[in-house]
Amino acid sequence: MGILFEDGNFALFRDGFLRTVELSAVSAFFALLLGTVLAAFRVSPVPALRALGTVWVNTFRNTPLTLLFFAVTFALPRLDVHLSSFTFAVLALSAYTASFVCEVLRAGVNTVPLGQAEAARSLGMGFGQTLGLVILPQAVRSVMSPMSSIFIALPRNSAIAGAFSVSELYSVQATLTDKGYAIFGIFLWIAIAYLFISFSVQQLFSFAEKRLAVAR
Amino acid sequence: MKTRRTIAAALAVLTLTAVAACGKEGSPNDDAAGSAKPQLPTYTVKTDFKLESSPAWVKAKADGKLVIGAKSDQPFLGFEDVQTSVRSGFDIEIAKMIAADLGFSEKQISWQTVASVNRETAISGGQVNYYVGTYSINDKRKATVSFAGPYYIAGQDLLVQKDNTTITGPESTKDKNVCTVTGSTSIDQIKKYGAKVTQYDSYSQCVEKLLSDEVDAVTTDDAILKGYAAKNAGKLKVVGKTFSTENYGVGLNKDDKALRDAISDALKAHEDNGDWKKAYDATLGLSGSAAPEVPALQRY
Repeated sequence: MGILFEDGNFALFRDGFLRTVELSAVSAFFALLLGTVLAAFRVSPVPALRALGTVWVNTFRNTPLTLLFFAVTFALPRLDVHLSSFTFAVLALSAYTASFVCEVLRAGVNTVPLGQAEAARSLGMGFGQTLGLVILPQAVRSVMSPMSSIFIALPRNSAIAGAFSVSELYSVQATLTDKGYAIFGIFLWIAIAYLFISFSVQQLFSFAEKRLAVAR
Repeated sequence: MKTRRTIAAALAVLTLTAVAACGKEGSPNDDAAGSAKPQLPTYTVKTDFKLESSPAWVKAKADGKLVIGAKSDQPFLGFEDVQTSVRSGFDIEIAKMIAADLGFSEKQISWQTVASVNRETAISGGQVNYYVGTYSINDKRKATVSFAGPYYIAGQDLLVQKDNTTITGPESTKDKNVCTVTGSTSIDQIKKYGAKVTQYDSYSQCVEKLLSDEVDAVTTDDAILKGYAAKNAGKLKVVGKTFSTENYGVGLNKDDKALRDAISDALKAHEDNGDWKKAYDATLGLSGSAAPEVPALQRY
């Protein structure tokens, strides 16, 4: 139990914790951005964009995340793409999470009655305006809870980055184990830290859900 | 038509053999060692050995099998061939020589791969009778398990490309890319010298990155590095300037003093009769690094 407060372990733990938060936040931002764009692709009237969205989602959603990390960190340098490990991790995590965000948003779009789109169009709005001003705002409100699941999973998925040269929370466990501390104590602290992160994300979403809720 | 086909087939076979032979002759292991390739020692099983005061030994004898924990992914140290499930390496030899002195033949050994994280749990929980796998003796571990030995003194070192002359020791790693395994204690040590550290899940990934020139060196205990140097003989070498001390011991149950003493006796006997040196030469010695001093046992 006292592991955290012995020779410099706290600094290690804190740095790992902050790295996990940072990695999750940056990846969440890009995943949300990319996911929204992909969702727009998938419901767009242009067949090429629809196909692109479908291929992206099916590739990234169905590939194990570890494999994606592998591809990014070991294949990209061979193609002369040299980035920091953190950037590689963000690439893998956001590309993966974006495909889930896309599918959730698309499901949300389907909950918006067709009449809404028709009404928007009859007012003279283009596709971008219809989607951005009328459909998506309503779609987002109806998918808050599946969306929160995705962003609770994201920090947990980020643990994989520890094996690819990002010293995040989970890799702190490996360091402490190597130093010879009892594993139960180590895992207890690591688990508490992950619980804390996930719980915060959950709170954030339930707050947003209450604010955005619409009576139907 | 028929003869032509036969000739073609014969030619094909000849070419294949020639190619195969080429590969063998060109392999770097042969020119150095040649016909005098170091042989593994053989161990005489002490059939009349008795150790009634050790519960683990009594139980192993009754079951007719000794359970030994080892690593399976360290070439020339503790390695398991997945296809044949044959284990080989220096640690495996150490485990075998101890087993022979405890009265167990090779057939009576039941190997079990134990990952580093699970070592203390596996040993104190009695899942293995003893564990041999680059296990450094330290005081924190001594709180849960006990150690016989040390049987090898390792130290943190650097693995580099064979023709690398710029990295001659830890001091020359400043601003160089050095790879090691996630969470390993080697990280703190090398960071002191100003190296840029990359961490992956396994040493083989680091070695892969070293072979493709993406990192300048791989760092960890020299024993592990020697194994990879032996595996990639002709391409990689160990710098040979250690900058830490790790005493590798045989891990066993904390309360089994009788077994600990017996294992220490076995180690001493095989170190004295030359088996230890033979085992080194036939495994880690293939890396081109000479055998280190035989460590003095710490009996407690």
